[in-house]
Amino acid sequence: MTLKVRATSRGGARLLGAVTVLVLIAGVELLIRAGIINRFIVPLPSQILAAIPRIIIEENVLHRFGQTMQEILWASLLLAAVGMSLGALLYRFRILRLACETWVAALAAAPIVLMYPLFLVIFGRSATTIVMIGFVAGLAPVILKTVEGLSGTRRVLIDVGRSFKLSPRQQFWKILLPAALPSVFVGLKLGLIFAMINIVGVEFLINFGGLGQLINELAERYDLPGTYGAICFVILASILFFAVVERLERWLRPSE
Amino acid sequence: MSVAVSRTGRQRVTLVRVAIIAVILVGWEALAASGLLFRDVVPSLTAIGAAVARLLVNPDFYGNLGITAAEIGVAMLIGGSAGLAAGILLGANRFLSHAYESLIYYLGPTPKIIFFPVMIMWFGVGPGSKIAMGALSCFFPIAISTASGMRQIDRVLIRVGRSFRATTRQMVTKIYLPAMRQPVVNGVRLGLGVAIIGTLLAETKLSNRGIGYLIIQAYATFDMPRMYALLIVLFVLAIGANALLVRSLAAHT
Repeated sequence: MTLKVRATSRGGARLLGAVTVLVLIAGVELLIRAGIINRFIVPLPSQILAAIPRIIIEENVLHRFGQTMQEILWASLLLAAVGMSLGALLYRFRILRLACETWVAALAAAPIVLMYPLFLVIFGRSATTIVMIGFVAGLAPVILKTVEGLSGTRRVLIDVGRSFKLSPRQQFWKILLPAALPSVFVGLKLGLIFAMINIVGVEFLINFGGLGQLINELAERYDLPGTYGAICFVILASILFFAVVERLERWLRPSE
Repeated sequence: MSVAVSRTGRQRVTLVRVAIIAVILVGWEALAASGLLFRDVVPSLTAIGAAVARLLVNPDFYGNLGITAAEIGVAMLIGGSAGLAAGILLGANRFLSHAYESLIYYLGPTPKIIFFPVMIMWFGVGPGSKIAMGALSCFFPIAISTASGMRQIDRVLIRVGRSFRATTRQMVTKIYLPAMRQPVVNGVRLGLGVAIIGTLLAETKLSNRGIGYLIIQAYATFDMPRMYALLIVLFVLAIGANALLVRSLAAHT
Protein backbone atom coordinates (compact mmCIF):
# COMPACT_ATOMS: atom_id res chain seq x y z
CA MET A 1 0.00 0.00 0.00
CA THR A 2 2.64 2.51 1.07
CA LEU A 3 4.78 1.34 -1.83
CA LYS A 4 1.97 2.04 -4.25
CA VAL A 5 1.40 5.49 -2.77
CA ARG A 6 5.10 6.21 -3.03
CA ALA A 7 5.20 5.13 -6.66
CA THR A 8 2.28 7.35 -7.61
CA SER A 9 3.71 10.30 -5.71
CA ARG A 10 7.00 9.80 -7.54
CA GLY A 11 5.16 9.75 -10.85
CA GLY A 12 3.29 12.86 -9.78
CA ALA A 13 6.54 14.57 -8.88
CA ARG A 14 8.06 13.74 -12.26
CA LEU A 15 4.97 15.15 -13.90
CA LEU A 16 5.30 18.30 -11.79
CA GLY A 17 8.91 18.67 -12.95
CA ALA A 18 7.93 18.42 -16.61
CA VAL A 19 4.91 20.70 -16.14
CA THR A 20 7.07 23.32 -14.41
CA VAL A 21 9.43 23.44 -17.38
CA LEU A 22 6.52 23.80 -19.81
CA VAL A 23 4.85 26.49 -17.67
CA LEU A 24 8.13 28.43 -17.49
CA ILE A 25 8.49 28.30 -21.26
CA ALA A 26 4.87 29.37 -21.76
CA GLY A 27 5.38 32.16 -19.21
CA VAL A 28 8.42 33.47 -21.10
CA GLU A 29 6.41 33.37 -24.33
CA LEU A 30 3.62 35.42 -22.73
CA LEU A 31 6.00 37.93 -21.14
CA ILE A 32 7.70 38.50 -24.48
CA ARG A 33 4.40 38.86 -26.32
CA ALA A 34 3.28 41.34 -23.65
CA GLY A 35 6.47 43.31 -24.28
CA ILE A 36 7.81 42.88 -20.71
CA ILE A 37 10.84 40.90 -21.93
CA ASN A 38 12.62 42.44 -24.89
CA ARG A 39 12.25 40.15 -27.89
CA PHE A 40 15.59 41.30 -29.26
CA ILE A 41 17.26 39.75 -26.22
CA VAL A 42 15.12 36.67 -25.72
CA PRO A 43 13.37 35.34 -28.82
CA LEU A 44 9.96 33.75 -28.53
CA PRO A 45 10.17 30.09 -27.48
CA SER A 46 7.90 29.27 -30.42
CA GLN A 47 10.43 30.92 -32.77
CA ILE A 48 13.23 28.90 -31.16
CA LEU A 49 11.26 25.72 -31.69
CA ALA A 50 10.64 26.71 -35.30
CA ALA A 51 14.36 27.45 -35.75
CA ILE A 52 15.47 23.98 -34.72
CA PRO A 53 14.47 22.17 -37.95
CA ARG A 54 15.98 25.06 -39.93
CA ILE A 55 19.39 24.83 -38.22
CA ILE A 56 19.35 21.04 -38.42
CA ILE A 57 19.01 21.21 -42.21
CA GLU A 58 20.82 24.44 -43.12
CA GLU A 59 23.70 24.18 -40.69
CA ASN A 60 24.32 20.53 -41.28
CA VAL A 61 23.89 19.69 -37.62
CA LEU A 62 24.17 15.94 -38.05
CA HIS A 63 27.53 16.31 -39.72
CA ARG A 64 28.69 18.60 -36.90
CA PHE A 65 27.41 16.14 -34.34
CA GLY A 66 29.48 13.46 -36.07
CA GLN A 67 32.56 15.69 -35.99
CA THR A 68 32.21 16.32 -32.26
CA MET A 69 31.61 12.64 -31.57
CA GLN A 70 34.70 11.77 -33.56
CA GLU A 71 36.81 14.15 -31.48
CA ILE A 72 35.36 12.65 -28.31
CA LEU A 73 36.11 9.16 -29.62
CA TRP A 74 39.77 9.98 -30.27
CA ALA A 75 40.10 11.64 -26.88
CA SER A 76 38.52 8.64 -25.17
CA LEU A 77 40.85 6.19 -26.93
CA LEU A 78 43.81 8.26 -25.77
CA LEU A 79 42.33 8.45 -22.28
CA ALA A 80 41.88 4.70 -22.03
CA ALA A 81 45.33 3.87 -23.44
CA VAL A 82 47.43 6.50 -21.67
CA GLY A 83 45.38 6.92 -18.49
CA MET A 84 45.15 3.21 -17.72
CA SER A 85 48.83 2.62 -18.55
CA LEU A 86 49.92 5.45 -16.27
CA GLY A 87 47.62 4.12 -13.57
CA ALA A 88 49.13 0.65 -13.91
CA LEU A 89 52.61 2.16 -13.80
CA LEU A 90 51.85 3.99 -10.56
CA TYR A 91 50.44 0.78 -9.10
CA ARG A 92 53.42 -1.33 -10.18
CA PHE A 93 56.03 1.04 -8.73
CA ARG A 94 54.84 2.00 -5.28
CA ILE A 95 57.50 4.67 -4.93
CA LEU A 96 56.20 6.42 -8.04
CA ARG A 97 52.69 6.32 -6.63
CA LEU A 98 53.83 7.82 -3.33
CA ALA A 99 55.67 10.53 -5.23
CA CYS A 100 53.07 11.39 -7.86
CA GLU A 101 49.56 10.58 -6.64
CA THR A 102 49.05 13.95 -4.94
CA TRP A 103 50.33 15.67 -8.07
CA VAL A 104 47.76 13.87 -10.20
CA ALA A 105 45.06 14.82 -7.70
CA ALA A 106 46.19 18.46 -7.92
CA LEU A 107 46.07 18.22 -11.71
CA ALA A 108 42.43 17.19 -11.38
CA ALA A 109 41.74 20.50 -9.60
CA ALA A 110 43.67 22.63 -12.11
CA PRO A 111 41.71 24.64 -14.69
CA ILE A 112 43.39 22.81 -17.58
CA VAL A 113 41.06 24.04 -20.31
CA LEU A 114 42.48 27.55 -19.77
CA MET A 115 45.64 26.28 -21.42
CA TYR A 116 43.82 26.21 -24.74
CA PRO A 117 45.78 29.17 -26.21
CA LEU A 118 48.95 27.17 -25.52
CA PHE A 119 47.52 24.14 -27.32
CA LEU A 120 46.55 26.42 -30.18
CA VAL A 121 50.15 27.50 -30.55
CA ILE A 122 51.45 23.94 -30.43
CA PHE A 123 48.84 22.09 -32.51
CA GLY A 124 47.35 24.90 -34.55
CA ARG A 125 43.66 25.69 -34.93
CA SER A 126 42.75 22.11 -35.69
CA ALA A 127 40.88 19.07 -34.45
CA THR A 128 44.13 17.89 -32.83
CA THR A 129 44.03 20.83 -30.41
CA ILE A 130 40.46 20.00 -29.44
CA VAL A 131 41.18 16.29 -28.99
CA MET A 132 44.31 16.98 -26.93
CA ILE A 133 42.48 19.34 -24.56
CA GLY A 134 39.70 16.80 -24.09
CA PHE A 135 42.30 14.13 -23.40
CA VAL A 136 44.33 16.16 -20.88
CA ALA A 137 41.17 17.39 -19.13
CA GLY A 138 39.93 13.83 -18.55
CA LEU A 139 43.26 12.23 -17.69
CA ALA A 140 43.44 12.66 -13.91
CA PRO A 141 40.30 10.69 -12.93
CA VAL A 142 41.27 7.77 -15.20
CA ILE A 143 44.74 7.51 -13.62
CA LEU A 144 43.47 7.89 -10.05
CA LYS A 145 40.63 5.38 -10.44
CA THR A 146 42.89 2.83 -12.18
CA VAL A 147 45.39 2.96 -9.30
CA GLU A 148 42.53 2.74 -6.81
CA GLY A 149 41.01 -0.26 -8.55
CA LEU A 150 44.29 -2.15 -8.93
CA SER A 151 45.33 -1.62 -5.33
CA GLY A 152 41.86 -2.59 -4.12
CA THR A 153 42.22 -6.11 -5.56
CA ARG A 154 41.36 -8.64 -2.86
CA ARG A 155 44.40 -10.33 -1.35
CA VAL A 156 42.75 -13.76 -1.82
CA LEU A 157 42.56 -13.29 -5.60
CA ILE A 158 46.22 -12.34 -5.81
CA ASP A 159 47.15 -15.38 -3.68
CA VAL A 160 45.08 -17.67 -5.92
CA GLY A 161 47.04 -16.36 -8.89
CA ARG A 162 50.31 -16.98 -7.05
CA SER A 163 49.33 -20.53 -6.15
CA PHE A 164 48.66 -21.18 -9.84
CA LYS A 165 52.13 -19.81 -10.51
CA LEU A 166 50.92 -17.16 -12.93
CA SER A 167 53.59 -15.06 -14.54
CA PRO A 168 53.46 -11.35 -13.63
CA ARG A 169 51.95 -10.72 -17.03
CA GLN A 170 49.22 -13.33 -16.53
CA GLN A 171 48.70 -12.06 -13.00
CA PHE A 172 47.99 -8.62 -14.42
CA TRP A 173 45.68 -9.63 -17.27
CA LYS A 174 43.83 -12.46 -15.51
CA ILE A 175 43.59 -11.23 -11.93
CA LEU A 176 44.42 -7.58 -11.34
CA LEU A 177 42.80 -5.94 -14.35
CA PRO A 178 39.46 -7.78 -14.15
CA ALA A 179 39.29 -7.02 -10.43
CA ALA A 180 40.05 -3.34 -11.06
CA LEU A 181 37.58 -2.92 -13.93
CA PRO A 182 34.60 -1.57 -11.95
CA SER A 183 36.74 1.24 -10.58
CA VAL A 184 38.46 1.79 -13.95
CA PHE A 185 35.05 2.21 -15.61
CA VAL A 186 34.07 4.83 -13.05
CA GLY A 187 37.28 6.70 -13.91
CA LEU A 188 36.68 6.39 -17.63
CA LYS A 189 33.12 7.61 -17.23
CA LEU A 190 34.31 10.72 -15.39
CA GLY A 191 37.14 11.24 -17.87
CA LEU A 192 34.78 10.94 -20.84
CA ILE A 193 32.34 13.46 -19.39
CA PHE A 194 35.16 15.95 -18.69
CA ALA A 195 36.47 15.37 -22.20
CA MET A 196 33.04 16.00 -23.75
CA ILE A 197 32.46 19.23 -21.80
CA ASN A 198 35.88 20.59 -22.71
CA ILE A 199 35.71 19.51 -26.35
CA VAL A 200 32.40 21.28 -26.97
CA GLY A 201 33.60 24.30 -24.98
CA VAL A 202 36.85 24.63 -26.92
CA GLU A 203 35.01 24.20 -30.23
CA PHE A 204 32.97 27.21 -29.22
CA LEU A 205 35.96 29.20 -28.01
CA ILE A 206 38.25 28.67 -31.01
CA ASN A 207 35.38 28.63 -33.49
CA PHE A 208 36.39 25.35 -35.05
CA GLY A 209 34.84 21.93 -35.53
CA GLY A 210 31.43 20.64 -34.60
CA LEU A 211 28.59 21.62 -32.30
CA GLY A 212 30.42 24.28 -30.27
CA GLN A 213 31.30 26.23 -33.39
CA LEU A 214 27.69 26.17 -34.54
CA ILE A 215 26.63 28.25 -31.51
CA ASN A 216 29.49 30.69 -32.03
CA GLU A 217 28.62 31.17 -35.69
CA LEU A 218 24.93 31.71 -35.13
CA ALA A 219 25.65 34.14 -32.29
CA GLU A 220 28.05 36.12 -34.46
CA ARG A 221 25.39 36.31 -37.17
CA TYR A 222 23.03 37.59 -34.45
CA ASP A 223 20.58 34.87 -35.43
CA LEU A 224 18.83 34.87 -32.05
CA PRO A 225 16.31 32.04 -32.44
CA GLY A 226 19.05 30.02 -34.15
CA THR A 227 21.52 30.62 -31.28
CA TYR A 228 19.00 29.65 -28.62
CA GLY A 229 17.88 26.66 -30.65
CA ALA A 230 21.45 25.50 -31.16
CA ILE A 231 22.14 25.83 -27.44
CA CYS A 232 19.07 23.71 -26.69
CA PHE A 233 20.27 21.15 -29.22
CA VAL A 234 23.79 20.98 -27.72
CA ILE A 235 22.37 20.69 -24.21
CA LEU A 236 20.14 17.82 -25.34
CA ALA A 237 23.06 16.15 -27.12
CA SER A 238 25.29 16.38 -24.06
CA ILE A 239 22.54 15.10 -21.77
CA LEU A 240 22.08 12.19 -24.16
CA PHE A 241 25.83 11.56 -24.15
CA PHE A 242 25.93 11.70 -20.36
CA ALA A 243 22.99 9.29 -20.05
CA VAL A 244 24.51 6.83 -22.54
CA VAL A 245 27.92 6.87 -20.81
CA GLU A 246 26.24 6.30 -17.45
CA ARG A 247 24.19 3.40 -18.77
CA LEU A 248 27.24 1.92 -20.46
CA GLU A 249 29.25 2.12 -17.27
CA ARG A 250 26.49 0.42 -15.28
CA TRP A 251 26.07 -2.22 -17.97
CA LEU A 252 29.79 -2.97 -18.26
CA ARG A 253 30.38 -3.08 -14.54
CA PRO A 254 30.22 -6.71 -13.43
CA SER A 255 27.56 -7.23 -10.79
CA GLU A 256 29.18 -7.39 -7.41
CA MET B 1 45.80 7.45 1.23
CA SER B 2 47.12 6.37 4.60
CA VAL B 3 50.05 4.20 3.68
CA ALA B 4 52.51 4.06 6.54
CA VAL B 5 55.83 5.27 5.28
CA SER B 6 59.04 5.04 7.24
CA ARG B 7 61.46 7.92 7.49
CA THR B 8 63.90 6.49 4.95
CA GLY B 9 60.94 5.71 2.72
CA ARG B 10 59.87 9.32 2.87
CA GLN B 11 63.37 10.43 1.94
CA ARG B 12 63.27 8.11 -1.05
CA VAL B 13 59.93 9.55 -2.11
CA THR B 14 61.36 13.06 -1.94
CA LEU B 15 64.33 11.88 -3.96
CA VAL B 16 62.09 10.41 -6.63
CA ARG B 17 60.08 13.62 -6.77
CA VAL B 18 63.21 15.73 -7.15
CA ALA B 19 64.44 13.33 -9.83
CA ILE B 20 61.17 13.55 -11.78
CA ILE B 21 61.15 17.34 -11.63
CA ALA B 22 64.80 17.44 -12.67
CA VAL B 23 64.15 15.16 -15.66
CA ILE B 24 61.22 17.31 -16.76
CA LEU B 25 63.17 20.55 -16.43
CA VAL B 26 66.23 19.21 -18.23
CA GLY B 27 64.05 17.70 -20.95
CA TRP B 28 62.24 21.02 -21.33
CA GLU B 29 65.46 22.97 -21.59
CA ALA B 30 66.84 20.48 -24.12
CA LEU B 31 63.68 20.79 -26.19
CA ALA B 32 63.89 24.58 -26.02
CA ALA B 33 67.51 24.54 -27.15
CA SER B 34 67.02 21.85 -29.83
CA GLY B 35 65.05 24.06 -32.21
CA LEU B 36 62.79 21.11 -33.12
CA LEU B 37 59.65 23.11 -32.45
CA PHE B 38 58.81 26.56 -33.71
CA ARG B 39 60.81 29.20 -31.94
CA ASP B 40 59.29 30.26 -28.61
CA VAL B 41 56.69 27.48 -28.45
CA VAL B 42 58.88 26.00 -25.74
CA PRO B 43 60.80 28.98 -24.37
CA SER B 44 63.83 28.38 -22.19
CA LEU B 45 63.32 28.17 -18.43
CA THR B 46 65.22 31.39 -17.84
CA ALA B 47 62.86 33.20 -20.20
CA ILE B 48 59.83 31.81 -18.38
CA GLY B 49 61.36 32.61 -14.98
CA ALA B 50 62.07 36.16 -16.06
CA ALA B 51 58.51 36.48 -17.38
CA VAL B 52 57.08 35.26 -14.05
CA ALA B 53 59.23 37.79 -12.20
CA ARG B 54 58.17 40.58 -14.57
CA LEU B 55 54.55 39.60 -14.12
CA LEU B 56 54.74 39.57 -10.33
CA VAL B 57 56.18 43.10 -10.12
CA ASN B 58 53.71 44.47 -12.66
CA PRO B 59 50.95 46.51 -10.95
CA ASP B 60 48.80 46.07 -14.04
CA PHE B 61 48.72 42.31 -13.40
CA TYR B 62 47.37 42.82 -9.88
CA GLY B 63 44.69 45.16 -11.19
CA ASN B 64 43.49 42.48 -13.61
CA LEU B 65 43.84 39.77 -10.98
CA GLY B 66 41.68 41.84 -8.65
CA ILE B 67 38.97 42.19 -11.30
CA THR B 68 38.94 38.46 -12.02
CA ALA B 69 38.97 37.59 -8.31
CA ALA B 70 36.07 39.99 -7.68
CA GLU B 71 34.10 38.47 -10.56
CA ILE B 72 34.70 34.96 -9.22
CA GLY B 73 33.83 36.10 -5.69
CA VAL B 74 30.50 37.63 -6.72
CA ALA B 75 29.78 34.60 -8.91
CA MET B 76 30.40 32.26 -5.96
CA LEU B 77 28.19 34.41 -3.76
CA ILE B 78 25.29 34.37 -6.22
CA GLY B 79 25.65 30.86 -7.61
CA GLY B 80 26.72 29.41 -4.26
CA SER B 81 23.82 30.79 -2.24
CA ALA B 82 21.36 29.81 -4.97
CA GLY B 83 22.90 26.33 -5.09
CA LEU B 84 22.84 26.02 -1.30
CA ALA B 85 19.19 27.09 -1.11
CA ALA B 86 18.18 24.75 -3.94
CA GLY B 87 20.16 21.91 -2.36
CA ILE B 88 18.56 22.37 1.06
CA LEU B 89 15.08 22.50 -0.47
CA LEU B 90 15.65 19.40 -2.59
CA GLY B 91 17.38 17.54 0.23
CA ALA B 92 14.63 18.27 2.74
CA ASN B 93 11.67 17.49 0.54
CA ARG B 94 11.44 14.15 -1.20
CA PHE B 95 8.64 15.25 -3.50
CA LEU B 96 10.54 18.29 -4.77
CA SER B 97 13.63 16.18 -5.17
CA HIS B 98 11.77 13.72 -7.41
CA ALA B 99 10.32 16.61 -9.37
CA TYR B 100 13.43 18.71 -10.00
CA GLU B 101 16.61 16.95 -9.00
CA SER B 102 17.00 14.95 -12.21
CA LEU B 103 16.87 18.25 -14.13
CA ILE B 104 19.82 19.58 -12.12
CA TYR B 105 21.60 16.25 -12.27
CA TYR B 106 21.45 16.08 -16.06
CA LEU B 107 22.09 19.78 -16.69
CA GLY B 108 25.14 19.67 -14.39
CA PRO B 109 27.60 17.98 -16.77
CA THR B 110 26.83 20.10 -19.83
CA PRO B 111 29.34 22.61 -21.21
CA LYS B 112 28.27 25.90 -19.61
CA ILE B 113 30.45 28.14 -21.78
CA ILE B 114 28.01 27.74 -24.70
CA PHE B 115 25.59 29.96 -22.75
CA PHE B 116 28.06 32.82 -23.03
CA PRO B 117 26.48 34.47 -26.13
CA VAL B 118 23.16 34.53 -24.27
CA MET B 119 24.81 35.92 -21.13
CA ILE B 120 26.36 38.71 -23.20
CA MET B 121 22.92 39.65 -24.50
CA TRP B 122 21.44 39.59 -21.01
CA PHE B 123 24.23 41.16 -18.95
CA GLY B 124 26.39 43.04 -21.46
CA VAL B 125 30.01 42.63 -22.47
CA GLY B 126 31.39 43.86 -19.12
CA PRO B 127 31.95 41.97 -15.87
CA GLY B 128 28.22 41.13 -15.63
CA SER B 129 28.33 38.38 -18.22
CA LYS B 130 31.49 36.89 -16.65
CA ILE B 131 29.88 36.82 -13.22
CA ALA B 132 26.83 35.17 -14.76
CA MET B 133 29.03 32.49 -16.34
CA GLY B 134 30.77 31.80 -13.02
CA ALA B 135 27.50 31.73 -11.09
CA LEU B 136 25.84 29.42 -13.62
CA SER B 137 28.85 27.09 -13.48
CA CYS B 138 29.09 26.79 -9.70
CA PHE B 139 25.35 26.47 -9.03
CA PHE B 140 25.13 22.83 -10.13
CA PRO B 141 27.87 21.09 -8.12
CA ILE B 142 26.93 23.01 -4.97
CA ALA B 143 23.21 22.23 -5.32
CA ILE B 144 23.89 18.53 -5.99
CA SER B 145 26.31 18.06 -3.06
CA THR B 146 24.12 20.00 -0.64
CA ALA B 147 21.05 17.95 -1.55
CA SER B 148 22.86 14.66 -1.09
CA GLY B 149 24.46 15.99 2.11
CA MET B 150 21.03 16.81 3.53
CA ARG B 151 19.86 13.29 2.85
CA GLN B 152 22.95 11.69 4.37
CA ILE B 153 22.47 13.27 7.79
CA ASP B 154 22.31 10.54 10.39
CA ARG B 155 18.67 10.11 11.48
CA VAL B 156 19.90 9.51 15.04
CA LEU B 157 21.34 13.04 15.19
CA ILE B 158 18.02 14.50 14.14
CA ARG B 159 16.17 12.42 16.73
CA VAL B 160 18.63 13.48 19.42
CA GLY B 161 17.96 17.11 18.53
CA ARG B 162 14.21 16.54 18.64
CA SER B 163 14.34 14.72 21.96
CA PHE B 164 16.23 17.69 23.39
CA ARG B 165 13.37 19.82 22.04
CA ALA B 166 15.70 21.90 19.93
CA THR B 167 14.04 24.81 18.14
CA THR B 168 14.18 24.93 14.33
CA ARG B 169 16.95 27.48 14.54
CA GLN B 170 18.92 25.32 16.95
CA MET B 171 18.30 22.29 14.73
CA VAL B 172 19.76 24.16 11.75
CA THR B 173 22.79 25.62 13.52
CA LYS B 174 23.59 22.71 15.87
CA ILE B 175 22.54 19.65 13.87
CA TYR B 176 21.99 20.19 10.15
CA LEU B 177 24.83 22.53 9.25
CA PRO B 178 27.58 20.76 11.25
CA ALA B 179 26.45 17.37 9.94
CA MET B 180 26.41 18.63 6.35
CA ARG B 181 29.65 20.53 6.42
CA GLN B 182 31.72 17.95 4.60
CA PRO B 183 29.50 17.55 1.51
CA VAL B 184 28.84 21.28 1.40
CA VAL B 185 32.53 22.20 1.53
CA ASN B 186 33.14 19.54 -1.11
CA GLY B 187 30.48 21.09 -3.30
CA VAL B 188 31.95 24.56 -2.76
CA ARG B 189 35.37 23.20 -3.73
CA LEU B 190 34.03 21.74 -6.98
CA GLY B 191 31.96 24.89 -7.52
CA LEU B 192 34.98 27.16 -7.08
CA GLY B 193 36.90 25.10 -9.64
CA VAL B 194 34.21 25.42 -12.30
CA ALA B 195 33.50 29.07 -11.41
CA ILE B 196 37.17 29.88 -12.06
CA ILE B 197 36.98 28.06 -15.39
CA GLY B 198 33.67 29.64 -16.41
CA THR B 199 34.74 33.18 -15.56
CA LEU B 200 38.17 32.95 -17.15
CA LEU B 201 36.98 31.23 -20.31
CA ALA B 202 34.42 33.99 -20.74
CA GLU B 203 37.22 36.53 -20.30
CA THR B 204 39.31 34.86 -22.99
CA LYS B 205 36.35 34.92 -25.39
CA LEU B 206 35.31 38.55 -25.04
CA SER B 207 36.59 41.14 -22.56
CA ASN B 208 39.10 43.90 -22.08
CA ARG B 209 40.11 43.19 -18.48
CA GLY B 210 41.00 40.28 -16.22
CA ILE B 211 43.43 37.38 -16.29
CA GLY B 212 41.63 35.62 -19.14
CA TYR B 213 42.06 38.76 -21.22
CA LEU B 214 45.78 38.90 -20.38
CA ILE B 215 46.20 35.27 -21.46
CA ILE B 216 44.50 35.78 -24.80
CA GLN B 217 46.45 39.03 -25.30
CA ALA B 218 49.70 37.13 -24.74
CA TYR B 219 48.50 34.60 -27.31
CA ALA B 220 47.51 37.27 -29.82
CA THR B 221 50.90 38.98 -29.54
CA PHE B 222 52.69 35.61 -29.46
CA ASP B 223 54.42 36.50 -26.20
CA MET B 224 54.90 32.88 -25.17
CA PRO B 225 57.01 33.39 -22.03
CA ARG B 226 54.34 35.75 -20.72
CA MET B 227 51.59 33.25 -21.51
CA TYR B 228 53.44 30.48 -19.67
CA ALA B 229 54.00 32.86 -16.75
CA LEU B 230 50.29 33.74 -16.60
CA LEU B 231 49.25 30.08 -16.77
CA ILE B 232 51.76 29.08 -14.07
CA VAL B 233 50.62 31.82 -11.69
CA LEU B 234 46.97 31.02 -12.41
CA PHE B 235 47.43 27.29 -11.78
CA VAL B 236 49.30 27.94 -8.53
CA LEU B 237 46.49 30.23 -7.36
CA ALA B 238 43.70 27.84 -8.41
CA ILE B 239 45.32 24.74 -6.91
CA GLY B 240 46.23 26.74 -3.80
CA ALA B 241 42.63 27.91 -3.30
CA ASN B 242 41.45 24.35 -3.71
CA ALA B 243 44.02 23.00 -1.22
CA LEU B 244 43.05 25.72 1.25
CA LEU B 245 39.41 24.59 1.15
CA VAL B 246 40.43 20.93 1.62
CA ARG B 247 42.62 21.91 4.56
CA SER B 248 39.90 23.99 6.17
CA LEU B 249 37.69 20.92 5.97
CA ALA B 250 40.35 18.62 7.43
CA ALA B 251 41.10 21.04 10.27
CA HIS B 252 37.52 20.91 11.50
CA THR B 253 36.95 17.17 11.37
